[in-house]
Amino acid sequence: MAQNKNIRFLSAIKIGKEKKKYCRFLKNGIKYIDYKDPEFLLSFVNDQGKLLPRRLSGNSLKYQRKVAQAVKRARHLALLPYSTDLLK
Amino acid sequence: MNQYETTFIVTPVLADEDVKKTIQEYMDFLKSNGAEIVEEAHWGLRQMAYPIKKKTTGIYHHVEYKAAPEMIEKFELSLRRDESIMRFLSVRLDKYSLKYNDDKRAGLVGRNKKKQEPKKTEEA
Repeated sequence: MAQNKNIRFLSAIKIGKEKKKYCRFLKNGIKYIDYKDPEFLLSFVNDQGKLLPRRLSGNSLKYQRKVAQAVKRARHLALLPYSTDLLK
Repeated sequence: MNQYETTFIVTPVLADEDVKKTIQEYMDFLKSNGAEIVEEAHWGLRQMAYPIKKKTTGIYHHVEYKAAPEMIEKFELSLRRDESIMRFLSVRLDKYSLKYNDDKRAGLVGRNKKKQEPKKTEEA
């Protein structure tokens, strides 16, 4: 047992090392974001219905703009709310 | 000729026949103005994300069509003048959205994605 205790901490414990974020549209080769699919667009807004920043979603600039366009179109058609609380 | 898609929301206070009539009117309008309808989708009565004109539900109708750009203005004007249309949105389709819509119709992408089918090119 004593031996095991020593071995346990030989390798450094990984703390705070996050996976690198990536743009899911680039990775999966998706070229068009459908504004008629509110369930999908929900993954790009926070629970107040605001758009998530690229820093959090990991989207590339090109697709972040397309996401923003799609969310805005969905809001116009009342598929997504302009602002709420507890959306999710 | 460009390809467009328009979604509009009809007010739910109308009777069923009136809704059908209104929608049919606009489809006829498109056809009579030289538009070629590619696809029509009736989403039906839906809960809206926020109230519009104090209504919380609306009847959604979506249509995809090929038309001359001059016609869109006329079409939107008539939608705007109609009190039974609560909201509408017209979008010109670019090459990516065209491909997406074609794939969606073929069941390759989107919500109603079919389960993996063995992809076979025409041989034999």
